[in-house]
Amino acid sequence: MINQTAAAMSEALVKGEVTSTQLTQAHLDRISDVDTSVKAFLHVDEEGALEQAARIDADRSSGKKLHPLAGIPLALKDVLTQDGIPTTAGSKILQGWKPQYDSTVVAKIKEAGVVILGKTNMDEFAMGSSTENSAYGPTFNPWDLSRTPGGSSGGSAAAVSSFEAPLAIGSDTGGSIRQPAALTGIVGVRPTYGAVSRYGLIAYSSSLDQAGPFGRTVLDTALLHDVIAGYDPKDATSINGTFPNVIAAAGKGDIKGIKIGVIKQLQGEGYQKGVQARFDESLEVLASLGAKIIEVDCPSFEYALAAYYLIAPSECSSNLARFDAMRYGLRVGDSDGASAESVMNATRNAGFGREVKRRIILGTYALSSGYYDAYYGSAQKIRTLIIQDYARAFTQADVLVSPTAPTTAFKIGEKSNDPIAMYLGDVATIPVNLAGICGMSLPAGLADEDGLPVGFQIMAPAMCDDRLYNVGGALEGALASKWGGHLISKAPALGGSK
Amino acid sequence: MSSLSRDDVAKLAALARIEMSEEELVSLSSQFGVILDAVARVQEVNLDGVIATSHPQPIQNVFREDQVRPSLTPEQALSGAPAQEEQRFRVPQILGEAE
Repeated sequence: MINQTAAAMSEALVKGEVTSTQLTQAHLDRISDVDTSVKAFLHVDEEGALEQAARIDADRSSGKKLHPLAGIPLALKDVLTQDGIPTTAGSKILQGWKPQYDSTVVAKIKEAGVVILGKTNMDEFAMGSSTENSAYGPTFNPWDLSRTPGGSSGGSAAAVSSFEAPLAIGSDTGGSIRQPAALTGIVGVRPTYGAVSRYGLIAYSSSLDQAGPFGRTVLDTALLHDVIAGYDPKDATSINGTFPNVIAAAGKGDIKGIKIGVIKQLQGEGYQKGVQARFDESLEVLASLGAKIIEVDCPSFEYALAAYYLIAPSECSSNLARFDAMRYGLRVGDSDGASAESVMNATRNAGFGREVKRRIILGTYALSSGYYDAYYGSAQKIRTLIIQDYARAFTQADVLVSPTAPTTAFKIGEKSNDPIAMYLGDVATIPVNLAGICGMSLPAGLADEDGLPVGFQIMAPAMCDDRLYNVGGALEGALASKWGGHLISKAPALGGSK
Repeated sequence: MSSLSRDDVAKLAALARIEMSEEELVSLSSQFGVILDAVARVQEVNLDGVIATSHPQPIQNVFREDQVRPSLTPEQALSGAPAQEEQRFRVPQILGEAE
């Protein structure tokens, strides 16, 4: 039951072949079977999940009209607030904090009747690409437990790829949904900036952050995308417009005549051989489906990584100033006569991990007088050039493509002492965030040299998220017939009762 | 190659209100050269006449009517407080510090 797609689970629920309580219990059992080795969850809300499932079952038997995803379990990244449920953002500074309100994403999920199983592990405040920066220890990649699942939404990606949940929510500031989706062989989408409300999403870099869906198929991901997208007056940057129909696009299949632009700067040198091979193979499949493949030039992308690692730390140094030990969260050194400032200093030292401190210090430097123009100011101008590169490329192509990440999943510890090597893993995902457009990663097969999943990235203009699902759905279908099933069916069994 | 001394890092840490250990100050200053070199690449491009982007989409002020609506109770608002007194957040001394 748990290895089905969310769409199939939904059908079984509607037909009465299974109840949400049974489905939820099966996933809770799977979590207790395998999460001691995967460590995807920081908090499992067994009681809340079963209560919600029972409510949906009661509504269904009373004939109430329900959302297609009602009763389907989901894993939630611990960066989104959920009323009364511990929310840490992977940080010690928020240990034990229980928010008093639902983020808009959570409110929409609850309204659709989706069952929240619990909160998933992440790099502290979403700063990282491996989930190793969590204050609560790393998450392990279900394909090979000695490797990272990517990050920062590594817990959500690992939960979906280990069949602990059919769906999950992540957040993507520089690739934190797409890269872990690639490294764990599932589908992940970063929606257009402003399409999903940031209300209740703990801020890292406000002009780049965006929550989005994970699923094991393109259609499942579209079903969840549809639930969470929409205008929200509580988020001043929320788009008040007409949202494209991603569910219809996922099922369309036809991509005849669609122009696909391969970004010259995001392939070749620096990309693992098996990653490049699977990427090239997917391009051939797309061509065989009638798409027209062209090459596009985005010269400013060479500077995207540098611009990102100035803009994001600058915004985080300001955003994380709110953790001041006064109103919530950790407080250290509050002895008689201690000043507020000394308590702040001690608390922030004890509560933040190394990578968070590194980025706060870098951001403080980049914003300080005398350096502002040279660093932060230049980075903002590079951002303009990247937006212009995309605009030009989208006059030539309907969607743009690249490998999602330059390598497959790396070993735990392999890059944790080399920040630059870690940052380089985001080279292909970051441009999307800087431009505020949308991107998808979907499985392109396994690399020959290590047998690990490779991600294929599709990018589309702002508010054209449906194009991701159209092209992604077509590619997924063609690859599945070639492989005789979805890639995820090749994932190791993990010794649980799958 | 760029560099940032241990004292430079200490000054930034003080600005950011983080009391770092000696070991951390030294290790961060040793890593900073490489990181600054990497991000300083933004200065290689001719950016004359390029307008800075602070936000990916056009933004405007969002207004709403000033109406009374349900919000957190004092108990809810204080539920995460590290310390509280008389329905208020209790904070360490902020005035009349020595010096």
